[in-house]
Amino acid sequence: MPRLIRDGAIVEDDWLPADEDVTTPAEGQVATLDQWLHESPKPRAVQLEPGQAPAPLMDHLADLSLVVINFPAFMDGRGFSYGRELRERGFQGELRAAGHFIRDQVTYLRRCGFNAFQMADEHLLEAALDSLSDFSEHYQAAPDQPLPLFRRRA
Amino acid sequence: MYVYDEYDQKIVDERVAQYRDQTDRFLAGKLTEAEFLPLRLQNGLYVQRLAPMLRIAVPYGLMSSKQLRKVAQITRDYDKGYAHFSTRQNIQLNWPRLAEVPDLLAELATVQMHAIQTSGNCIRNTTTDQFAGVAPDELEDPRPWCEIVRQWSTLHPEFAFLPRKFKIAVCGSSEDRAAIHAHDIGLELVPNDAGQVGFRVLVGGGLGRTPVIGSEVCPWLEKQHLLSYLEAILRVYNQNGRRDNKYKARIKILVKAMGVDAFREAVEQEWELLKDGPTTLSEEEMNRAHGFFTAPAYRELDGEASETSLAAAVDADPIFGNWVRRNTRAHRVAGYRSVSISLKATGYAPGDITDAQLELVAELADQFSFGEIRSTHQQNLVLADVETEQLQALWQQLQSAGMATPNIGYLTDMICCPGGDYCSLANAKSLPVAEAIQARFDNLDYLYDLGPLELNISGCMNACGHHHIGHIGILGVDKKGQEFYQVCLGGSQAKDASIGKILGPSFKQEDMPEVIDRILSTYVGLREEEETFLDTYRRVGIDPFKERVYAKAD
Ligand code: SF4
Repeated sequence: MPRLIRDGAIVEDDWLPADEDVTTPAEGQVATLDQWLHESPKPRAVQLEPGQAPAPLMDHLADLSLVVINFPAFMDGRGFSYGRELRERGFQGELRAAGHFIRDQVTYLRRCGFNAFQMADEHLLEAALDSLSDFSEHYQAAPDQPLPLFRRRA
Repeated sequence: MYVYDEYDQKIVDERVAQYRDQTDRFLAGKLTEAEFLPLRLQNGLYVQRLAPMLRIAVPYGLMSSKQLRKVAQITRDYDKGYAHFSTRQNIQLNWPRLAEVPDLLAELATVQMHAIQTSGNCIRNTTTDQFAGVAPDELEDPRPWCEIVRQWSTLHPEFAFLPRKFKIAVCGSSEDRAAIHAHDIGLELVPNDAGQVGFRVLVGGGLGRTPVIGSEVCPWLEKQHLLSYLEAILRVYNQNGRRDNKYKARIKILVKAMGVDAFREAVEQEWELLKDGPTTLSEEEMNRAHGFFTAPAYRELDGEASETSLAAAVDADPIFGNWVRRNTRAHRVAGYRSVSISLKATGYAPGDITDAQLELVAELADQFSFGEIRSTHQQNLVLADVETEQLQALWQQLQSAGMATPNIGYLTDMICCPGGDYCSLANAKSLPVAEAIQARFDNLDYLYDLGPLELNISGCMNACGHHHIGHIGILGVDKKGQEFYQVCLGGSQAKDASIGKILGPSFKQEDMPEVIDRILSTYVGLREEEETFLDTYRRVGIDPFKERVYAKAD
C-alpha cells in the first residue's frame, strides 16, 4: 500500500487514488473534481488539480473527509492558495498534498494547512519529515498559527 | 532603522541552517539541479555567465555602518574585493563560490542581513524613496510600512511559488522617487477627503518585455488593512496568473487580461474573507514599526546661518560648489542636508564599489550621518543627515578618495544593468556603452547645461536597467547573433510616469556615443528657456530626434 506522511507520522494510505477513467469512484476511492461534481450523494474524498480552485467545495466542507491537492510540477504554487482557502473556510478533514512537490516545500505546505504529504517518490518521506520543522517561528498568520508574529511578540 | 529582536534573528538563522542543508544535499547529488534552482534563487544565488552571483537584500535601501563594514569584509573574504549596487537597492557579489554561500549567509546574519527572496518567483525586496524620513516634500515616512511589508512577505508560505517575481514599492512624498508606477504593486501614502492618511494602491505596473504603467485598484485604503489587502491581491495573482509562458506571467498581464475592474472585483471578493482577520494591523504594531524610524538626535542649528556660510564656501571653491549643487539636497530639518555619493565615476561600472570605499563610506556615515547609509535605485549611496556646516569636511574626504563625482541627476549618472559582461540572460553588453558615453560627455559644463537627464541602459528585455522609464533608454538587442542597441526616448519614472518610445532601427555599439550626441544636440537646438530634455521631448515629439539621428552624414 502506498505510504504518506499524516500528522507528522508515516502511515499507509487508506484511500484508493483518484482515477479519471472510471465513471463512478468506488467506495473509499478519491474522486476527481469532475466525478465529484456529477456524483450524488457527493463522495467524501476529492482531488483538485492546478487550475481547479476549491470554490465548488466550499458549501460541502463538513461532508468531506479528504481533499487531495495534486502538484504535477513543484514550481506551480496554486495549490498553496487552495489549501489555505479551504482551511480558512473551515475545512477540518485531511488536506493532502500529492505528487511532485519537493521536500523543501513541506514546511510551507504545512503552514498553508496541509496535514498529509504523499510524495511521488516514497523514499523521500523520511527526509521530508525532517523538513517539516525547518522553522520554529513565522511572521505571518496561517492555518498552522492563526496569529501573526506581531500579535504574539513579547 | 529597524533592529532585529530574537524572533527576527531566529528566522534568519533558521533560514541559513535550512539553506546549508539544501546546499549540502545538492553537492551530494541528493537534490537535482532543477529542484535546487528555486531554493538557491530564493536565497539570492544565481548562476551567471562567469560564476555564481549572490544578491544580498538591503531592505528598502537602508544600512548601518556596521553592516556596510561587514559587506566590505565579505567582498574581501569571499569575492574579489568589490560589490555592486543594483537598481533594486540591493548588493550583488559577482564571484562567490556556491559551496561557501552558506558561510557567507551566516556571516551576514550576524549583522542582521540576509539574501532571502532577492530572486526567484516570490515577493522581492520592497523599495522606497532614498530620502524617506528627511525629504521636505514628504507626507509620511514610508519606511515603517516597508518594514511591515518586509516581515509579512518574508518566507510567506503561500506566495513562495508565484507565477513570476513580484515587486512592491512604497512612496510617501509628493515627488515619486520610488517608481511606484513601474511595480507589481505600488503603494502611495495619500490623505482622503477627511485628511486621514492611507494607501492608494496601484497594481500591474512593470517593465520587462511589456512595459505597463500601474492601474489604480484602490484609491484609498485604511492603513490597518494593508496586509490583508496585499494578501488578497497576491492570492488572486497566485491562482490566476499565467504559468504557461514566463513572458506573460507577471501580474500586469493578468490585470490587462481581466481588465482592471474585474481584477478589482476579484480582489475585493478575496479580501472579504481576509479583512478584519488577525492579519489586520494592530495599533501597537503600527506604533512599534514607527518607533524604529524616529528622527535621530538632530542638533538645533541656525539654518540660515549655515546656508550663508555654505554659500560663501561654494563661491570660494567652484569644485566644491559643483558638488554641493548636484550632490546635496534640502533636508526637512534646518541646518542639515542630504548627500548623494555618486557611484558613477567615469571608468567604473555604474554601481560598483570597492571594499575600501565601502569602509570609507561606513566611516563617513559614522562621522557625519548618524551611522546610516542608504542605497538608491539609481545605484548611488546617500548620507541622509549631514550638518550643512560639515559638508566641506565630508566632501574633502570623498574628493581625496575619488568619490565626489558631481553628477547626480545628470547624464553621466546613468542607471546600467551588469549586462553581457556578467549576466547570462543578456543580449548585449551594457557596461562598455555606459563607459563610452561617460567618456564622451565628461565635460561638466556641457553636462550641467543639458540639465537633469536620466539615461538608463539594460542588456536585455528583462529591463533591470529600467530603460523604458529613462528620459533616454538604451536596450541591448540581438540581431543575428550581433549585439545591437535600440534607443527609446521620453520615458519617465516620476508621478507623470511614461514609457519611452522607440526611436527607430537599432545601432552598433561604436555608434552609440554619436547617437546620444545627436539626440542631445537636437534637444539643445529646440529647447525653449528652462525646458528640460523631457519637457522639450514632450512638446516636440519624437520626429525631430528621429530625423537628426537617422540623417545621412553629408
Ligand atoms: S537587463 Fe538583462 S542583461 Fe541586464 S541584468 Fe537584467 S537580465 Fe541581465
